Amino acid sequence: MHHPGTNNKVYKKINDNFEWSSENFKKISEIIKKYPSNRIQSAVIPLLDLAQRQNNGWLSKNSMEKVAETLSMSYIRVLEVATFYSMFNLEPIGKNFVQICRTTPCWLRGSDKLSKVAQEVCETNIGETSDNKIFTVVEVECLGACCNAPMVQINDDYYEDLDEESFKKILQDLKDNKSIKVGSQIGRKSSQPERKFDA
Amino acid sequence: MLKEKDKIFKNLYGFEDWKLEGAKKRGIWSNTKELIKMGSEKIVEEIKNSQLRGRGGAGFPAGLKWSFMPKDSGKDHYLVVNADESEPGTCKDREIMRNDPHLLLEGCLVAAFAMHAHTCYIYIRGEYYSESSNLQKAIDEAYANNLIGKNACGTGWDFDIYLHRGAGAYICGEETALLESLEGKKGQPRLKPPFPAGAGLYGCPTTVTNVETIAVSPTILRRGSKWFANLGSANNTGTKIFSISGHVNNPCNVEEEMGIPLKDLIEKHAGGVIGGWENLLAVIPGGASVPLLPKSICDTVKMDFDSLKEVQSGLGTAAVIVMNKSTDIVEAIARLSHFYKHESCGQCTPCREGTGWMYRMMEKMIHGNVEHQDIDKILDVTKQIEGHTICALGDAAAWPIQGLFRHFRPEIEKRIQERNRRVA
Repeated sequence: MHHPGTNNKVYKKINDNFEWSSENFKKISEIIKKYPSNRIQSAVIPLLDLAQRQNNGWLSKNSMEKVAETLSMSYIRVLEVATFYSMFNLEPIGKNFVQICRTTPCWLRGSDKLSKVAQEVCETNIGETSDNKIFTVVEVECLGACCNAPMVQINDDYYEDLDEESFKKILQDLKDNKSIKVGSQIGRKSSQPERKFDA
Repeated sequence: MLKEKDKIFKNLYGFEDWKLEGAKKRGIWSNTKELIKMGSEKIVEEIKNSQLRGRGGAGFPAGLKWSFMPKDSGKDHYLVVNADESEPGTCKDREIMRNDPHLLLEGCLVAAFAMHAHTCYIYIRGEYYSESSNLQKAIDEAYANNLIGKNACGTGWDFDIYLHRGAGAYICGEETALLESLEGKKGQPRLKPPFPAGAGLYGCPTTVTNVETIAVSPTILRRGSKWFANLGSANNTGTKIFSISGHVNNPCNVEEEMGIPLKDLIEKHAGGVIGGWENLLAVIPGGASVPLLPKSICDTVKMDFDSLKEVQSGLGTAAVIVMNKSTDIVEAIARLSHFYKHESCGQCTPCREGTGWMYRMMEKMIHGNVEHQDIDKILDVTKQIEGHTICALGDAAAWPIQGLFRHFRPEIEKRIQERNRRVA
């Protein structure tokens, strides 16, 4: 199953030079302070995350080289980390990165149906980006919100307690540039029992 | 059922304010200075007496683990909190971090003091974005109110907490892989020994502990180890957060007493099995890694470490995945095999090659596209993976399959026969 984060190839198209934005440059000095001064390599995951955010959700070769330079690491060590962790995308993604949890607890509650809905509404296949670049749809392994299954992550946010209808609405609203409600779609605060049950 | 007054996680569902003000109302940070004044030896002693066992899955006695930290190593000591919650079925630490983060932070201070550590890293899984932002806000609040930082809580102990986000790798929940990741490398487990208490993060003495274990410790110290040890049964004491998911009417996280019967847990808290108890097929009682239990065992089994071990399963993370009779049990386990194939770090050959092979076999088994002798072959392969890898991921990939064949072998044999009939 294709996923931009499990790709082992560096995307060929070389984009323009990657330079840290001034805002991110400030953030970097804050991040590096968390680790002992001779151990700043520890900051590689946070910096790759920062670079990915600045670069529209994926890591180009230039951006990874920039991270390597910033942390005085060799490029291969950075690439090694970027390919190992599934959250680092090594190819461009759409504006909305839709990750559907497929592992057993979500599957038991109908994640398969969500995958079908996503392919229909987003007009793309699992693992691919829609032609209009609005959606990339992937299936992922357990996202750790099993008591609110089935659930989907879109960019940074979780959308929980879904069914076909509510998920369709979320995707349609994203398509229409409307704002959408994060979290449980049936009004649960978190993972409390839905209603008080008298045994 | 656990009484309201014995609950440790009073804001598990986030109905109340999770910030400092709300936390203080729930008694968090109320007398932390006094707890620290007990001294590190007394703190470890109390945790030992409470018989608290690690809540991350392995169930190792927490007090004993803390006592492994050297007293005078001359190096920096580290406390690393394992918040890389990724075991399928498990979503308890998430609720602690977003709804009661100060409970965790206070625990960090107390535990770190007991281990002579001035620095704590909380390694949270990257996908937990809103959880990490809540936790970071709580850390900022704690610094601003001098609860942590220089002279934390006025105890004279300097203590820093740093939040570190991961980037999507289940294997980083293994303690040494987590340390590798925290050092800025691929998350591949280290060979042990040396154990982290001797040489962990940056080669310094380190203890890696689960969120829930740390979060319960200040309450244990406050209310006394006796109180905690009186809940549950000997060697399986205290309260535990159970995550109940799958085919139940009301999936939920719930804090309950250790040793609660599985049936009570499902019926009293999760609204029962969809279609009623008689419609139950099987339960995975402790997260994806532990073998499943058929209904006949679920009828009576108690939810604690030793009771579940007796029935050849385990408490693991206490993530209860319920499957009713509408489930294709073979596909349910095949999905887990896919998970382990995806998450194997690729370091040890038996796991790297074995998880992929097992997944492909399991996929075929869904439709009975195997021969009868393949069942014994796959079981043989699981035995060759189990125990032959650096970390427990190999075991975790093998056990669900072993559990399936232990209890549902006739189901697969039936599918093979049906396929043979179709082909003939």
